[in-house]
Amino acid sequence: MSVEPGLGATALAPRPEPEPVVRLRGGRLRYGNRVLWDQLDLDIRPGEFVAVLGPNGSGKTSLIRVLLGLQQLAGGTVQIEGSPARRGNGRIGYIPQQRAVDPTLTVRGKDMVGMGLTGHRWGIGLPFGQAARERKRLVDQALVAVGASEYAHLPIGMLSGGEQQRLRVAQAVVGNPGLLLCDEPLLSLDLAHQRMVSQLVARRAREANTAVVFVTHEINPVLPLVDRVLYLVEGRFKIGTPDEVMTSETLSELFRTPISVLRVDGRLVVVGDQEPIVHHHVEA
Amino acid sequence: MDFFTTTGDMLQLGFVQQALLAAAVLGLASGVLAPLVVARQMAFAVHGTAELAFTGAAAALLLGLSTGGGALIGALLAAALLGVLSLRGKERDAVIGVVLAFGLGLGVLFQGLYKGRTSNKFSLLVGQIISTDSTDLVLLCGSAIIVLIIIAVIYRPLLFASVDPDVAMARGVPVRAFGPLFAVLVGVATSLGVQLVGALLVLSLMVTPGAAAARVTANPVTATVLAVLFAETAVLGGIVLSLAPGLQISAFVTIISFSIYVICRLIGNRRVERLPKLQPVLV
Repeated sequence: MSVEPGLGATALAPRPEPEPVVRLRGGRLRYGNRVLWDQLDLDIRPGEFVAVLGPNGSGKTSLIRVLLGLQQLAGGTVQIEGSPARRGNGRIGYIPQQRAVDPTLTVRGKDMVGMGLTGHRWGIGLPFGQAARERKRLVDQALVAVGASEYAHLPIGMLSGGEQQRLRVAQAVVGNPGLLLCDEPLLSLDLAHQRMVSQLVARRAREANTAVVFVTHEINPVLPLVDRVLYLVEGRFKIGTPDEVMTSETLSELFRTPISVLRVDGRLVVVGDQEPIVHHHVEA
Repeated sequence: MDFFTTTGDMLQLGFVQQALLAAAVLGLASGVLAPLVVARQMAFAVHGTAELAFTGAAAALLLGLSTGGGALIGALLAAALLGVLSLRGKERDAVIGVVLAFGLGLGVLFQGLYKGRTSNKFSLLVGQIISTDSTDLVLLCGSAIIVLIIIAVIYRPLLFASVDPDVAMARGVPVRAFGPLFAVLVGVATSLGVQLVGALLVLSLMVTPGAAAARVTANPVTATVLAVLFAETAVLGGIVLSLAPGLQISAFVTIISFSIYVICRLIGNRRVERLPKLQPVLV
């Protein structure tokens, strides 16, 4: 019989409030001879929403992999809630980018959310008993929180990208994480669903005091929600509030080419003379 | 004598009962594995593994060793080879094709060199459990039970890794290690299938029940239960039906298995039509 210990206990464990959730000191990431970033210091407080921006290959996803313990730093230290980053840390929720799923894949929305809770545990997992009832309660609660109960019984392959990402948020928060890592969760969504997913994540950060690292190509859907921005470009980086980082001066310095940041109707439009570098900020 | 009397009489025979027992164990193992094989898109890998199991069995036959043992070694070699050569991506299919063709050719060569009964040769390709001796049955049933025990231990993380590899890896599931491990488990079950329905038709037990179940349910647990039910129906029904006419078991097993699949597809199509059209809801 497989017992699920501490499912509720983790939820009630007190969090040391003043301690940063993420503490990165002198972080250095290297693939072979290529250094993606170096001397990166980053503290993220509980409830803080940090967007990570930058062109492809600047090490945004690698930063997430470092925090997940899937990638070793070449130098420096990284701590999650006071202990070194490690694989399978149950205090971390993870939201991947949306991908096409085969409609005949035998997984329903609620199964996917349930996997976020107990999918990594050994054994079969009995479908009855107290542990199963508690699991169902937590899954239902997470589904209600993201407004996905209506289609939780359908195969995920038959849902739209926006519906899938809503379920992804539920899957990531069902275990009551202290840190939420989002790796391009808005990719291939339309604007309305980009806003919806961003707002669900931000609400979680606010209501449960969860720290959020949000990797994205697209600043505008998260701009009103973001506390700080980490902008990575070819080994250079800048950390600060959106007003500090998203300026023509700062981005021109980071990209080492003239960049103009324009505010149009409360939205940021980034224009550079080398379009491919920054085209991701200009909406089609 | 009519069909039912003959069938009834033959069911009293020891070797028929042995065959049914082995078939039940195989049905259980392949039914449990089939939904995972389908989810991991490994149908072609199963086929390749079966061909190498055939090669191993043909080599064993030639050397006068246990064909069951030969099939098992062949399948495990295939699993190891597929695991080492290419674990992921587009290259996998090509590698399987290359290995499969070579293994099949080698098997045919071994059979050509074999001077014993021709019925033994034929049985490895299309199956004939009645001719399997009891040491083979003990070996293969034992292997299948070990496979089932391992699956029971790793079931949840294996399912997670199979249907949602990115998040599973983020949650610390050893996604990469599961690739070769699952290939080995499939290899063991496949070698048992080769004994029963033959190398050419092993897909009807290792894939078809999983594909059929996926058409009628999206619940992973229900899918597994149904796949076991379908596999058992096909394999036990196939043996019982083949007794009186004295024809190949595999013909009946594949016909039953395929019929179940067709029925599930028809039911599945109606089910999809009935699903509600969803409207996007914004926060």
